[in-house]
Amino acid sequence: MLDSQAAVPTSSHEDIHSPALLHHFATEEQQRNASSFGMWIFLATEVMFFGGLFCSYLIYRLWYFGDFGAASKSIDATLGATNTAVLICSSLTVVLAIWGAQIANRKLMIGSLILTMLFGLAFLGIKGKEYKDKFEEHHVPGASFSFEKVPIPGHPDQYANPRHAQIFFALYFIMTGLHALHMVVGLGIFTWLLTMAWKGRFTPEYHTPLEVGGLYWHFVDIVWIYLFPLLYLIDRHP
Amino acid sequence: MATALAAPVERENYLNKEYGVASWLLTTDHKRIALLYLISITFFFFIGGFFALLIRLELLTPAGDLVQADTYNKLFTMHGQVMVFFFLIPSIPAVLGNFLIPIMIGAKDLAFPRINLLSWYLYIIAGIMMLHCMLTGGVDTGWTFYTPFSTAFSNTKVIEAGLAIFVSGFSSILTGLNFVVTVHRMRAPGMTWSRLPLFVWSHYATSIIQILGTPVIAITLVLVVAERALHLGIFDPKLGGDPLLFQHLFWFYSHPAVYIMILPSMGVISEIIPCFSRKRIFGYHFVALSSLAIAVFGFLVWAHHMFVAGISVYAALIFSLLSYSVAVPSAVKVFNWTATMYKGSIHYDAPMLYAYGFLGLFTMGGLTGLFLAALGIDVHVTDTYFVIAHFHYIMVGGAVMGYLGGLHFWWPKISGKLYPEGWARLAALIVFIGFNLTFFPQFILGYLGMPRRYFQYPGEFQVLNVLSTAGATVLGVGYLLPMIYFLWSMRYGKPAPDNPWKAAGLEWQTQSPPTTFNFEQEPVVTWEAYNYDEIDTGHKEEAHVVG
Repeated sequence: MLDSQAAVPTSSHEDIHSPALLHHFATEEQQRNASSFGMWIFLATEVMFFGGLFCSYLIYRLWYFGDFGAASKSIDATLGATNTAVLICSSLTVVLAIWGAQIANRKLMIGSLILTMLFGLAFLGIKGKEYKDKFEEHHVPGASFSFEKVPIPGHPDQYANPRHAQIFFALYFIMTGLHALHMVVGLGIFTWLLTMAWKGRFTPEYHTPLEVGGLYWHFVDIVWIYLFPLLYLIDRHP
Repeated sequence: MATALAAPVERENYLNKEYGVASWLLTTDHKRIALLYLISITFFFFIGGFFALLIRLELLTPAGDLVQADTYNKLFTMHGQVMVFFFLIPSIPAVLGNFLIPIMIGAKDLAFPRINLLSWYLYIIAGIMMLHCMLTGGVDTGWTFYTPFSTAFSNTKVIEAGLAIFVSGFSSILTGLNFVVTVHRMRAPGMTWSRLPLFVWSHYATSIIQILGTPVIAITLVLVVAERALHLGIFDPKLGGDPLLFQHLFWFYSHPAVYIMILPSMGVISEIIPCFSRKRIFGYHFVALSSLAIAVFGFLVWAHHMFVAGISVYAALIFSLLSYSVAVPSAVKVFNWTATMYKGSIHYDAPMLYAYGFLGLFTMGGLTGLFLAALGIDVHVTDTYFVIAHFHYIMVGGAVMGYLGGLHFWWPKISGKLYPEGWARLAALIVFIGFNLTFFPQFILGYLGMPRRYFQYPGEFQVLNVLSTAGATVLGVGYLLPMIYFLWSMRYGKPAPDNPWKAAGLEWQTQSPPTTFNFEQEPVVTWEAYNYDEIDTGHKEEAHVVG
């Protein structure tokens, strides 16, 4: 079990507690623990949510090994790599924002929050460019999908089966699309965090929303860390 | 102030503290949200019941005369979807769990009251989407959405139904999340893990399934909707996809979902039986841990729904064996409840009658589950009425009996009023008789080979089908009765004392109905759960000085 002791009895600091302490919690520590624990559990549900997709990917990758390789190779890995770097930087700025709150450095906190959001927007912009390329190449699954005469890497005499490649692209769009949706939600959360930070709500004692929002942001980054090799890098060897 | 006077001045409580629509629709009080859920799931229960009624009426005669085949397909589909996703899954957790868990552990509210309200709104949005889907044509895929029928062939509202259930899933996830954090972080001083009521333990196990299982059905429905809208090929064998993958993903949630329905009911029974036997529960830790064991094993058995779907024979063997393993913790519970009653001072009040009903029906449902876990027998009875009877014994005989038992047990606490005991006992009896009359013939029908999901059947099955339809009518009366006398009691019932059953548990130590923050002062727990020996002999104080 995560905790062996039940909630702490009403503390002697009750008379000076922060205005952010909600009525049904006894102490700020209890409230902070509950909030971050809640986010961890939410992230567990997210793991299962993306897990269904990773499971589907694994099965079709094994079934249609070469076709997936050919389809993966058609995606611009440079854009993907840039996006990976952008997201890693954004995770750093999230940590810096929390650190800024902890040492009461308002400039660092607000600057880092703004940077995080700029990185997030940059990610979505690059993603949009990638989608546009795929659209123009007729690689979007559906009526106008086309993947004719694309050789399978390592087997120049064999062409990829367009139907099987279409499954790859379906998974590519659903996985990256849901990831991008999570980024959009993250930007919404960070807009709210920025407003709160601007109003001076966060102190070294109380910055739970930053920590909880940060957990979410890191999780979305980690999903990308798995998506990037699976979708972009599976057949890049010479 | 008025407590010392004999005059019937109503004490302030969560019901009379504020009035008006906004005080309900914007409440963050877990008790009020529980009542919002109670009203909404009752509404869907009767919608689902209405579909069941039409199904049973159609099956009164061998010919398809009341409805056409297409309509019949929609009826059983929507019966299943409404009952599973809009009644059974939220039933006990969102109503009784929501109301009771914070009080049982001595907290003022759930950890996230606003998220609790959000989850009710998600449920309502999902419910409106589902109603819209039903009113504009409905869906005919069976509640299971099997591909490629649902993605490529059905010409009904699959996308609408899929999205409705997707949204309702988030409601369920948020409830589970709230419960887990609440149990971990909000317990009153002295409320240790091994003093938690078993109702809380079983909800804890349920929440784990809601948290880890529901996201998988969510993503599966996303894939079904995308596949149907865009013909991606993920589940369509014509396009290179694998329909079995859909079944794996679907049952990965939908089998554990059965335990979302039955575990809370087991928690209710674990509260009722010690109270009306006036004895400490037998084997507290085994009952508590068997809930967790059911939650864990429940995740490892899903492919027993696919024995005839063409999975590998070795996988089938393993899944058959694992399916048997779920029987162990289930049996631990049944034996412990029975042992609790042994030499107890048993009172046959209405909640106890429902608990008896649960024991009998759940045991029947569980044992026939073993038939179905056995590969050979499963091949014989797959997709027959045997399966229908089996899971109704679990979900209606088990889960709904527990739900009704719990409502009767805690109704004085929830409403502050007493219901008419005689009528309640009669209703319990009617439900038990009606249920068996409805579903026992279906075991025989299934064993004789009547397939499920057909609107016509050979004439030789008619007698058993007529019995079943007659039973459904009795059952319907049994379900209407509690609704009538509960509503009646709210206006005309006698005021309930704080602890009408002399039950253990923190929820009985606060007033009926409780105040908004549940307790006047934060309780400190110094006794073990189910200390009925101490309550009945009045030795409570000495007991915890010694212990």
